Amino acid sequence: MSDNNKKTLFVEGKEVEFTDEKNLLEVIRKAGFQVPTLCYRPDLTSFGACRMCIVEIEGRGIQSSCTMPPEPGLKIRINTDTVRRIRKMVLELLLANHNRECSTCSRSHNCELQKLANLYEVNEIRFPGKKRLEELDDTNPSIVRDPNKCILCGACVRACAERQGLSILSFAGRGSKTIVTPALKKHLAEVDCVNCGQCVAVCPVGALTIKSDIEKARALLNDKTKTVVCQIAPAVRVAAGEEFGLAPGENVIGKLVAALRIMGFDKVYDTNFSADLTIMEEGTEIIRRLEKNERLPLFTSCCPAWVKYVETQHPELIEHLSTARSPQAMFGSLVKDIAVNRDGIKRENFKIISFMPCTAKKAECQREEFSVDGERDVDVVLTTQELIKMLKGSGINLKDLEPETPDLPFGSYSGAGTIFGASGGVAEAALRTVYEFTTGKTLENVDIKETRGLSTSKELTVDLNGTKVKVVVVNTLKEAEKMLRKVIDKTADFQILEVMACPGGCISGGGQPISCNEPGKVEKRAKGLYDEDSSLPIRKSHENPEIKAIYKEWLEKPGSEKAHKLLHTVYIDRFENCYKNLK
Amino acid sequence: MSSKTIFLEKVDAIVDSVGNAQSNLIAILQHIQAEYNYLPEDAIIRIGVKMGISPATVYGVATFYSQFSLDPKGKYQIKCCDGTACHVRGSMPTLNALKAKLELKDGKFTTEDGLFSVETVSCLGACGLAPVIVINDKVYPKITPEAVKIIIDTLIKEDRGE
Repeated sequence: MSDNNKKTLFVEGKEVEFTDEKNLLEVIRKAGFQVPTLCYRPDLTSFGACRMCIVEIEGRGIQSSCTMPPEPGLKIRINTDTVRRIRKMVLELLLANHNRECSTCSRSHNCELQKLANLYEVNEIRFPGKKRLEELDDTNPSIVRDPNKCILCGACVRACAERQGLSILSFAGRGSKTIVTPALKKHLAEVDCVNCGQCVAVCPVGALTIKSDIEKARALLNDKTKTVVCQIAPAVRVAAGEEFGLAPGENVIGKLVAALRIMGFDKVYDTNFSADLTIMEEGTEIIRRLEKNERLPLFTSCCPAWVKYVETQHPELIEHLSTARSPQAMFGSLVKDIAVNRDGIKRENFKIISFMPCTAKKAECQREEFSVDGERDVDVVLTTQELIKMLKGSGINLKDLEPETPDLPFGSYSGAGTIFGASGGVAEAALRTVYEFTTGKTLENVDIKETRGLSTSKELTVDLNGTKVKVVVVNTLKEAEKMLRKVIDKTADFQILEVMACPGGCISGGGQPISCNEPGKVEKRAKGLYDEDSSLPIRKSHENPEIKAIYKEWLEKPGSEKAHKLLHTVYIDRFENCYKNLK
Repeated sequence: MSSKTIFLEKVDAIVDSVGNAQSNLIAILQHIQAEYNYLPEDAIIRIGVKMGISPATVYGVATFYSQFSLDPKGKYQIKCCDGTACHVRGSMPTLNALKAKLELKDGKFTTEDGLFSVETVSCLGACGLAPVIVINDKVYPKITPEAVKIIIDTLIKEDRGE
């Protein structure tokens, strides 16, 4: 491109080049300057709600930089007296209506409003304000909604609409009576919320938070009559280090194992083991369905938000879902079954705690199908955020610990298990095994790059013994819906559909440390997973020796009757009980 | 056929008659309100399902505009003008007398028996007659707190067929 076509503008006198940035805020950030914002989320529509990102433009006055497209020659000042005065005033007004119980708020020290109030030295609030007196909604198993802390930035409204296509939350009312709420001010448990937690992931304040189960976990750990074991999901290991000053994406599984042993867990296992198990079962199912050409395309079933989405929005398609339980659920049923039926431990005295990147896993473990005689397979689910809080609350600094290895046998895993944490990982892991099972040949290059990356839709066609199999990988439910439309219209030309509800997969799950303004973090987490995969000696699920052993000892073979009882499930038409069903 | 089925079919028919493009949402809500005097909760959900819009979004639109009511309105809908002219000429004492007479407290605007509902509106365009109230499209000019009580008593008698 010649210099004549170069487009530039000026930020604080510095000439800054721009190309296709969608707004001034992006240009300003690219130039290395910081402008505060509460409502801007790079992948969501610009909303201009919070007025924090205002800048002064010569000849144009005050503009919100997140909604203004860049133009050549603009002279932008980002920190003038006027700008600072307005920002401070807006903060004061927001705080006047905000429930300022900071010391007991779970977002304290991590709250964007609190941080800005501090930076802009809002030391007194001159306005009496009018506090909302709405009910705190903690009916949902995963998410707590406190409308009295809401600053109406609309990030959750946009995340639910634009990522998941669900619009469970919406603005209602007008003016000073505006509130963000589910339809008809119903509770979050009474609507079709899939518990993905993307609203929590974008909330700048404590209006939407993860429902904490830390106390439940501590109570189990302190009960000496109980044997307590835990499983750690793939995506947790590449995010938990962030809050202890370690680099984003750094794999801290060894340190986590050490930390959880100090916490008092009797055994520390790994969900990657049951991810390998999932591949054995789901892979077998894929092969069977492809042979019989029935119930295709097969939908993956690891993501509980996605499963609930199909059950509530498209119950007519539930037969497409793989009957294989998610890795978390498989782990729970198998490990408890062995503890009870082989080791003779009483079911009520054997407890499993999961560490998950996901808020929807909290809802998944409460499903009736995943319990025996009223005793759940997985007793408590803690998200990565809760894990971090629990460790910090126990005085454990992850950074200082020497890595340890997980306990065997359920801590043994292949690289295929690890990559479950990123969108495309399940498909890649499944293909490594399915390819070898169907062709009988060894897959030399196990890196299937086509399904990697943060793009919301990816595809790949593989040749399995002469049969062309097209695999589509999507993340976010909005993208998944497009594929479901094809299935409904009978225009679907793919045989396998992998869906993860969160953008980029579990690495940006609703339970992960908040990263909505640092998109690079999610990429680093993905890299952490793929790096672990390529560093492992075993990278195919069916080659995991402990998986082979468990089939020999306990499960016979993939798809056996016993495997079905422990590792598979049935799906329920949940439209029947859905609030949209008015009959 | 249950009354609920009939109700839902009616909602469906209204959506079909207006057309289920998203831009028709307000028109559909107006039709529903014209039919039932208010927007029943089930209608809001049904409209959402039928139009492929989230019910939360429909609820958002329905609560944004003051023309829509989610609570049933009375047989006699009283609009009490509180525009500038009516306000300075004493619409507030009239409104208070009205609420006291109808025993409307705590933000309630429809009487227990469903006979009356009261709302304030901002200017009916009859400032020369201030203060004004309108009951089911009939205009009552130059109203006073005493007059309000008489009007209500008359309407109650009218309703009983006396």
